[in-house]
Amino acid sequence: MSASAVHSLWTTAATAAEPISKINAPKIEYGQLSPTLIVIGAAVIGVLVEAFVPRKSRYYAQVFVAVVALAAAFAAVVALAAGGYGTTKAHIAAMGAIAVDGPSLFLQGTILLAGILGVFTFAERRLDPEAHGNRVDSFAAQAASVPGSDSEKAAVKAGFTTTEVFPLLLFAISGMLVFPSANDLLTLFIALEVFSLPLYLLCAVARRKRLMSQEAAVKYFLLGAFASAFTLFGIALLYGYAGSVSYATIAHVVDGTVTNVDPALAGTMGNDVLLLIGMALIVMGLLFKVGAVPFHMWTPDVYQGAPTPVTGFMAAATKVAAFGALLRLLYVVLPGLRWDWRPVMWAVAIVTMLGGAIVAITQTDIKRLLAYSSIAHAGFILAGVIATSPDGVSSVLFYLAAYSFVTIGAFAVVTLVRDAGGEATHLSKWAGLGRRSPLVAAVFAVFLLSFAGIPLTSGFAGKFAVFKAAAEGGAGVLVVVGVLSSAIAAFFYIRVIVLMFFSEPKPEGPTVAVPSPLTTTAIAVGVAVTLVLGVAPQYFLNLASQAGVFVR
Amino acid sequence: MENLIALLVAAPLLGAVVLLCGGRRLDAVGQWIGTAFAATSFVIAAVLFADMLGKGPEDRTFTQHLYSWIAVGDFRADVGFQLDQLSMTFVLLITGVGSLIHLYSVGYMEHDERRRRFFGYLNLFLAAMLLLVLADNYLLLYVGWEGVGLASYLLIGFWQHKPSAATAAKKAFLVNRVGDMGLSIAIMLMFTTFGTFAFGPLLGSEGHQGVAGDATQGKLTAIALMLLLAACGKSAQVPLQSWLGDAMEGPTPVSALIHAATMVTAGVYLIVRSAAVFNAAPDAQLVVTVVGGVTLLFGAIVGCAKDDIKKALAGSTMSQIGYMVLAAGLGPIGYVWAIMHLVTHGFFKAGLFLGAGSVMHGMNDEVDMRKFGGLRKYMPITFVTFGLGYLAIIGFPGLSGFFSKDKIIEAAFAKGGTEGWILGSVALLGAAITAYYMTRVMIMTFFGEKRWQPDADGHEPHPHESPRSMTIPMIVLAFGSVFAGAYFSIGDRFLHWLEPVTGHSEGDSPVSALTVTLATMVLLVVGAGIAYLQYGRSSVPVVAPRGSLLTRAARRDLYQDDFNHVVLVRGGEHLTRSLVYVDHTLVDGVVNGTAASVGGLSGRLRKLQNGYVRSYAVSMFGGAAIIVAATLLMRAV
Repeated sequence: MSASAVHSLWTTAATAAEPISKINAPKIEYGQLSPTLIVIGAAVIGVLVEAFVPRKSRYYAQVFVAVVALAAAFAAVVALAAGGYGTTKAHIAAMGAIAVDGPSLFLQGTILLAGILGVFTFAERRLDPEAHGNRVDSFAAQAASVPGSDSEKAAVKAGFTTTEVFPLLLFAISGMLVFPSANDLLTLFIALEVFSLPLYLLCAVARRKRLMSQEAAVKYFLLGAFASAFTLFGIALLYGYAGSVSYATIAHVVDGTVTNVDPALAGTMGNDVLLLIGMALIVMGLLFKVGAVPFHMWTPDVYQGAPTPVTGFMAAATKVAAFGALLRLLYVVLPGLRWDWRPVMWAVAIVTMLGGAIVAITQTDIKRLLAYSSIAHAGFILAGVIATSPDGVSSVLFYLAAYSFVTIGAFAVVTLVRDAGGEATHLSKWAGLGRRSPLVAAVFAVFLLSFAGIPLTSGFAGKFAVFKAAAEGGAGVLVVVGVLSSAIAAFFYIRVIVLMFFSEPKPEGPTVAVPSPLTTTAIAVGVAVTLVLGVAPQYFLNLASQAGVFVR
Repeated sequence: MENLIALLVAAPLLGAVVLLCGGRRLDAVGQWIGTAFAATSFVIAAVLFADMLGKGPEDRTFTQHLYSWIAVGDFRADVGFQLDQLSMTFVLLITGVGSLIHLYSVGYMEHDERRRRFFGYLNLFLAAMLLLVLADNYLLLYVGWEGVGLASYLLIGFWQHKPSAATAAKKAFLVNRVGDMGLSIAIMLMFTTFGTFAFGPLLGSEGHQGVAGDATQGKLTAIALMLLLAACGKSAQVPLQSWLGDAMEGPTPVSALIHAATMVTAGVYLIVRSAAVFNAAPDAQLVVTVVGGVTLLFGAIVGCAKDDIKKALAGSTMSQIGYMVLAAGLGPIGYVWAIMHLVTHGFFKAGLFLGAGSVMHGMNDEVDMRKFGGLRKYMPITFVTFGLGYLAIIGFPGLSGFFSKDKIIEAAFAKGGTEGWILGSVALLGAAITAYYMTRVMIMTFFGEKRWQPDADGHEPHPHESPRSMTIPMIVLAFGSVFAGAYFSIGDRFLHWLEPVTGHSEGDSPVSALTVTLATMVLLVVGAGIAYLQYGRSSVPVVAPRGSLLTRAARRDLYQDDFNHVVLVRGGEHLTRSLVYVDHTLVDGVVNGTAASVGGLSGRLRKLQNGYVRSYAVSMFGGAAIIVAATLLMRAV
């Protein structure tokens, strides 16, 4: 090293050592971030409840905190939307980290409502018979005890319950709230991890079939970590390309309208190979979360193994959050690149729709069936994403809202059909359910018809909106494939209905548990939303289309 | 004021919902709830009518737009109402006669356990029928059209424990489907031809011409014929007439309201409402008059041979609607008279049916007129009201039927040319036969010796007058039967009322009005006289004699069911059998083949899901590699 270089180091250091005149305190718009902050705060309170509230009262305290927090957060979302933050006052908050705009608020509202219904199903304690005089829920007495061990038996006998699921759920929701509104890549990544980690844990704590549940959690965690690595690598490459993690700056660099270039990055900046690979890897991470083929393999195993209330919540809310993030990424950061990503996404949407629908046909487990159905639905939603038009955004928003209620409702019904071994998820056991419990079977039939996209259900309105947007966006082929896979999918949905209503019930068939008002509420809301969005979708389509503009 | 229109439909609809969803706790009061909702609708109708009378003839079209029902591209269907003089006439008839029949049913259905449901269905019928006549476009009309079909089905089969009732309901439903198909095809044709099926732009309104005439003659004729097919189904016109006789299996108030006064006249409404289409398609109009003429004779002949009092009246209904259809087919010469006859017929035929119901009520539900006789002593009110209805329908001078039927016969002659002579003669002949069969009914029921006997269980009927809730509606309807015609005709009131909507022309009659009236009178006397000689002078055998060939044919409804069975049922069976063959071999082959290959693919793909995280990770890695490569490749090419 030459002397001058050393000197320069020295002088630089000396310069740095000079007192820095002023650190600008970051400006945080607490009011506009209040939905997320409320939920995070409640999650922290939940942790404190675990530590300080007596064991007997914890369940009630946790449910209370969770419901109040989610309702308050939803009220905050509504207030923000009413205050015009979804439309005219939409802007970037928290020093560029969070976007407060229409899609954010719409998706946050959807996630919060799904979260409330999720809390209801989590809190259900009447389905299983009482163990040693204690009411039990879907979760293991003590998650840390080895399945089948003495310590597990002791925990059951002592009446332990895993009330930690409520704060975990709240942490997951807080991540999901940030995910679709993240406005830079680092916030995006942190939100991804914040909502993923609690979900991995929640998957592992089933009361019944604990080994399967733990296996599902490990699989989900390993594959999730794998996908996160891809995402992070993609973020690094995009930073290398644009010299910034901010969505707006990257978009400017892509468009070639950037002004002040950081000289340190001048070497790599504007290198399209970095851009393309980075984009592909980040998108891949998001596709993993939505369960698109070929990143879908975790879905059936995890959906089947996880406790059913967790599956219902995860299937609904994760999809909402991840599609929200994907929309923002593709519409805000990479619109200039749409000629590059559209063909690839076309292919992904096609294999996802067809793959989900085709493999679902031979499924014999209702939870796996719904998992494959969710894969097919991811494909349908992708068709709307690819439209790259305002209609595309609003149709996807509407679809997500409609789909999440149907999903939570359907999985809540699954929790009701039980036999001696817990939930009777094998399809053969559902034969003749319509004769034995016509109401439950009819409600499930409504959900299935909505999944199949039969008119007068929300599924039809959503599918119609998405396909319309896709067709107008020039993706006619995609619509044709979508309709064909809908036809394939209709087969297995209708087959379940036929099985429930037109087969003879088996003598040793399952019983339908009478749930508490909690699960009943979740199912009733699911049915009501399904029918209302199906019969009179226009108001909500208008709402979604008002909310369909991203802030840049 | 115009916002009241929706309430007309909403009131009975609400009644139906309350009654059908209310459950058993409403069993005790259901009949009064139903009657109250029907009466509410009538009061609203009266208020609207008064309002309409207060305006000049050109301002009498009220419209109310509720909401846009379906809007896809150019296809636009609204839920909106149009109340003009034509609709108003129907609304008053439907709600007025409907309320009376609700009241009558309170007494008639007193001992029926399921009467709450009965009144719910009646309310449902009123709502659907009002929707039918108030709709401002054909699609909404179609909703009402199907609604009345449903209500009719439910009510014909109301006593579903009787297999004959269940079969009759099914028959009515199926035959009506044929007509409904015609209506749906007509609507589709209208949309493809004119781009709209809303009344305003299509049929025109005050001061502006509709687009209904702007199409080729072929298309217009097709649309008109499809509308006629629909009318044939609903109004029991040849060749879709076979259901009406069997529909008498329903409770008698239903026969009076639905199968005499209102629903069966919906076909006439459809034709008159679509006047703009029919006027532009003279060939179709000719077919309409032929259908009307044939049916008017057909129904009359059938009516002559029936011993079942309700079936005789059903034949008569068919025949009278034949008159209306004939008149409607005459174009502007006949529209007004078709509707006028429809209204007067609504009064006297409903009255006759209620009278028949009253007779049955007193006779242990016996319907065979050969087992009646001499009932005038036992049921004086029924006798008088039925008698007035009888005089009205045969066209006794001064009563309602005299004015309205006479006008139709005159209009038929006024059509001109050979057609005019044929149609006029047919209408005249029909008048004679009407006098014959109605006199027969009258004599067999109310005159002569009593012929009833104890039934199989030894119960001898004790004929008695019906309760007041039944006689009051009969009296009110009898007033209508007597005075409505004169009221409408003096000073051409009805003509001036309806003319702005339907248009009117006098035509050019080769015979004078006076000649027609005199000829009608002579034929009336001849018809009634023959019946008197046959049934009044000599005693009526309790067991029907074998009868002539024509009588036997008429008893079997002129072999209409046999015809339908041989031609349609057998033919249909052969067709379906061959279609089933094609379906099994060809269609199912393709479908099952596709399904099997998809299923096979599913099984193979499923094996990829082996449960190992390592292979899942490989698939993700592979997917990522492909996506990256494809993205780069996209840029390269």
